[in-house]
Amino acid sequence: MGTVPSALKHCLSYQHLLKEQLWIGEPAAPPPAAPHPGQESQASGLPEYIKIVEVGPRDGLQNEKVIVPTDIKIELINRLSKTGLPAIEVTSFVSSKWVPQMADHKEVMRGIERHPGVQYPVLTPNLQGFHSAIAAGATEVSVFGAASESFSKMNINCSIEESIEKFEEVAKSARNMNIPVRGYVSCALGCPYEGNIIPAKVAEVSKRLYSMGCYEISLGDTIGVGTPGSMKRMLEAVMKEIPLSALAVHCHDTYGQALANILTAIQV
Amino acid sequence: AFPKRVKVVEVGPRDGLQNEKNVVPTAVKINLINMLSETGLQVIEATSFVSPKWVPQMADHTEVMQGINKFPGVSYPVLTPNLKGFQAAVAAGAKEVSIFGAASELFTKKNINCSIEESLERFDEVMTAARAASIPVRGYVSCVLGCPYEGKISAAKVAEVSKKMYSMGCYEISLGDTIGVGTPGSMKEMLTAVMKEVPVGALAVHCHDTYGQALANILVALQMGVSVVDASVAGLGGCPYAQGASGNVATEDLVYMLHGLGIHTGVDLQKLMDTGTFICNALSRRTNSKVSQASCRL
Repeated sequence: MGTVPSALKHCLSYQHLLKEQLWIGEPAAPPPAAPHPGQESQASGLPEYIKIVEVGPRDGLQNEKVIVPTDIKIELINRLSKTGLPAIEVTSFVSSKWVPQMADHKEVMRGIERHPGVQYPVLTPNLQGFHSAIAAGATEVSVFGAASESFSKMNINCSIEESIEKFEEVAKSARNMNIPVRGYVSCALGCPYEGNIIPAKVAEVSKRLYSMGCYEISLGDTIGVGTPGSMKRMLEAVMKEIPLSALAVHCHDTYGQALANILTAIQV
Repeated sequence: AFPKRVKVVEVGPRDGLQNEKNVVPTAVKINLINMLSETGLQVIEATSFVSPKWVPQMADHTEVMQGINKFPGVSYPVLTPNLKGFQAAVAAGAKEVSIFGAASELFTKKNINCSIEESLERFDEVMTAARAASIPVRGYVSCVLGCPYEGKISAAKVAEVSKKMYSMGCYEISLGDTIGVGTPGSMKEMLTAVMKEVPVGALAVHCHDTYGQALANILVALQMGVSVVDASVAGLGGCPYAQGASGNVATEDLVYMLHGLGIHTGVDLQKLMDTGTFICNALSRRTNSKVSQASCRL
């Protein structure tokens, strides 16, 4: 900017600016409640509707240093439920020895308000976790695979193949109980141990998860190293195996690339 | 398809520092610019020849201009709001200048107390003198995606002001999302209008990251053929219109994205990060660059 402005107190508030900005190029009214994701708007070539999956209470809190009390977690989720988000990942039914932040998974699951039309998936790394989740009232679960052998070994102490076998058990039980399962693939754009990850590997793991019955595959740039070019190449490989409408992206902003990578994904 | 090469215009020493609270000693400014010169950046905006009464941070403009090492192949443009500033700049050794217009009448009035038309008349004097001295002039257009006073800005207005500045003789027009409210949709709409009046090869984008949208907006601009992008090392420079908000996009994060796309910039990311570390220490502040934060090993 040129010179320092002298009349800042006459600035419009950010609320005003956002109100104007966020309807630029949009139709007069917001789109209806839950149209099919993947429908394209003619004008921009972008989807008309995007389902946002809120992972703060699980992925977010799990990676925060400070342990958050159960009632705070419940309040967080209740507040998120009021924002209109269609899916909120609540907690993880994993051993509290591994993930102390998620030790109160049962209490959280039982304590939250369940808003109609909102999904509350939980992580279930194995059959034991799955049963515990169902007992606590879960109606959707997630399983976590990786496109990197090293990451799989370091994270869950088994190979990709072994982890898939565990997930198949979960998927089978889930199918019997009509419980939808979401599949995550970590390290889709790079691994902290292996470095570069080839798109074909991501496609292979995604296909395994989809074939076992996951209704959606969330492709995670776990260490945020991806850029629009690598995102595009990875998606092109995965889309050969899985329909676009069954894909989600989970981008980390570690290198500030997240929104640019997400934009690339929605442009595909 | 993306451009094969992108020219990164480093605005940290001017736009960045100008919007930092702490006034930085001249020696630090000179060292900053010298370090930037070693990174491979081709354009480094050095300072602003504006009255120190308005911008105390830039009071040492003459000393800075005369003190820096001028690397061959690197351009060191300076801001010149009027003829007086232009003459002082040239006397101090400047070989390229920049002038600042806006796409908003209210912003122009609040900022420099005149209308857009009147501001362009003032710049005309600078253009005439610059032409006589064979000095290239870069034109900035502020508020291209929104104005802190007027709110929404029409793409047609941006196109009109850009066209005027280009016709006056500016070799390049840098389109600034001054308050960072733009998103890929509004960026596309605005560029579509401007590109009808100014060739895309003469356009640059200057995106603020106030709402985290900068890289996404820049990506859209690149997709439309823009190949010049302004950025500030370490994301220096907050936003005077939003207390505590961030401002410029960090050069490190931009270069990371461009290199990831296989686009040539000529910039050494490691040296750039080292420069960011240096200036943040000098300013006693944390970096705004995510790439720097990720690479930090404390």
